[in-house]
Amino acid sequence: MRDPGELVIDIADVTKLYRMGSEVVHALRGVTMKIHRNAYLAVMGPSGSGKSTLMNMLGGLDTPTAGYYDFAGEDVAEMSDAELADIRNREIGCVFQSFNLRPRSNAIHNVELPLIYAGVRANVRKERAMEALENVGLGDRMHHRPNELSGGQRQRVAIARALVNRPSIILADEPTGALDTKTGVEIMELFEDLYAKGNTIIMVTHEEDVARHARRIVRLRDGLIEADETNLDAPPRT
Amino acid sequence: MGDHCVGVIVVEGEQAAVVVDHGEDRDWNFHRHRRDDSGEWSAVEDQGRIEYAGGEQSAGFKFPIVNFSDPRERFGNRPDVRYRQALRFKDLMGDAARVSMITSRGGRRVYHEQEHTNPNVRFVGTDENYLTSYSYEVAAGRPISSDDVDFARSVCLIGEDIRKKLFSSKEAVGGTVRIDGNSLTVIGGLESKGSSFGQSQDNIIGAPISRWFNVYGRSGRSISINVQASSAEEMEAVHEQTIGTMCLVRGLLPEDGNNFNTTTNDSVMKTFDQALNTVVIGAFVISAIALLVAGVGVMNIMLVSVTERTREIGSRKSLGARKKTILSQFLLEAVTLSLFGGIAGILFGIVGGNLAGQLLNAAVVFPVGWATADLVVCSGIGTTFGLYPAWEASSLDPIEALRYE
Repeated sequence: MRDPGELVIDIADVTKLYRMGSEVVHALRGVTMKIHRNAYLAVMGPSGSGKSTLMNMLGGLDTPTAGYYDFAGEDVAEMSDAELADIRNREIGCVFQSFNLRPRSNAIHNVELPLIYAGVRANVRKERAMEALENVGLGDRMHHRPNELSGGQRQRVAIARALVNRPSIILADEPTGALDTKTGVEIMELFEDLYAKGNTIIMVTHEEDVARHARRIVRLRDGLIEADETNLDAPPRT
Repeated sequence: MGDHCVGVIVVEGEQAAVVVDHGEDRDWNFHRHRRDDSGEWSAVEDQGRIEYAGGEQSAGFKFPIVNFSDPRERFGNRPDVRYRQALRFKDLMGDAARVSMITSRGGRRVYHEQEHTNPNVRFVGTDENYLTSYSYEVAAGRPISSDDVDFARSVCLIGEDIRKKLFSSKEAVGGTVRIDGNSLTVIGGLESKGSSFGQSQDNIIGAPISRWFNVYGRSGRSISINVQASSAEEMEAVHEQTIGTMCLVRGLLPEDGNNFNTTTNDSVMKTFDQALNTVVIGAFVISAIALLVAGVGVMNIMLVSVTERTREIGSRKSLGARKKTILSQFLLEAVTLSLFGGIAGILFGIVGGNLAGQLLNAAVVFPVGWATADLVVCSGIGTTFGLYPAWEASSLDPIEALRYE
């Protein structure tokens, strides 16, 4: 087992309550975990297990009701909306099941968006967007719009967009959920490649085949961690 | 309330005018009465409504009397300016100014042989100074002379519209026209003056005022007197003199106050400006309402847009867009939308203004101030009415927004 890198995410005893009408839903009932730099982690669990809530919280889209969330040494629970937005912008790259690309903008403009929010100058922006697209193997599709790209290519654009601000972690929510098996495998190969280059990847999935690529698998059930184990079946590190 | 006599205004020889109150509003009519051989009075004919509510007089150039705002009631019981008073006034003014007397009836029909005009001709009774005062030029023949007035000659000047209608190919001067049963010899034709406020100024026929009175009678007619100073500098003095002379003619004492009205070009312009102001205020109110409606429309469109793009907003937020960023994005969209409307409005205004200018034969001016105001107001509308939808967008919970279908 490799040495764990620098600590990026440190959550302790995190709970999350939702009020749905008069009912109170305990989405998370006390989750504790640490994630180090250059980890490759899969979060698994049936629906209602709290994995989406955990994902949102890790992604800075949500704050815990109680407990402690420390992102790269900073307490997220204390952050304002604007500070959370900055964390999402600079530290976390989100990849969604449904890509969430802007349909009327081409690949470059889609990838540029986080850089615009980060306040990067226009010429630097374009250069970095092109670089990110080349990294995901879309060097020849830069000026295509999402509807001119295949599903796999769209997800690559989304991954390039997640990478473009050089975030601490990549957060992927069912990244292969909308893709066929073959394309899904290609995307997983891309993640493998990104992991090999030193990126930190956290992935939510309910497919064992997909989770098997991760080096560590966390299983949630009813808002609690059921298992947190090193994946011995993971492909050898290249 | 039935008809009842309010009062006999004047008895002139064998004729009298009786004011009859018909009991509805101020619907007072003049009836001419005539005394027959046995000494009994009997109504001769209906002389029509009171056309002039009192003595009116315009001192100055070119402009006819304009009265947009004064309530008629105020002058209802003022005495008419009578012909004899007008003559005396003209006499007393002497060389100080050019004085002309005007009285008129509209809706007349003019005949010549088998031809006749529509019943919309203004028949003006006037004198030798009329043409200069109202800046008409004689195109052919001669103007009305003071002799024509003194001897009540059966002569007339005809406007271009009438000449075209009745004497299309013939020589008009020397011809005979009939109006309300009277034959008049055409002594001259007026040069075309075009139209003013959409009303043709060439659809008139002018006769010596004395002849005009022979047609319609003197009683119940109030004469308008036009006084023209020889230069703009003298206007003020002539105006003073006009008021003084009129008081003298009427035999008014200083404490009586004036029972007549004078209007100058300046005051006409002032009245006109006031009327224009009213129009501007009216337009302002209407456009304010229209803007409010448009603003609500903008708000509605933006709210729909926010709902439709909920996922996009969620995805933008997950990529690091701050609340402020989303807010300004949607505000900018609302302002852009409104500005498009504003620019379309300016273009529409330019096209409409040019068309109207063509129709009214008026010079078209591009109002830079109003156009600027248009853009400013539209931006304001966009900001004001876009604020709520933009706020809604920026306040969306990113998780809910991402999950939105």
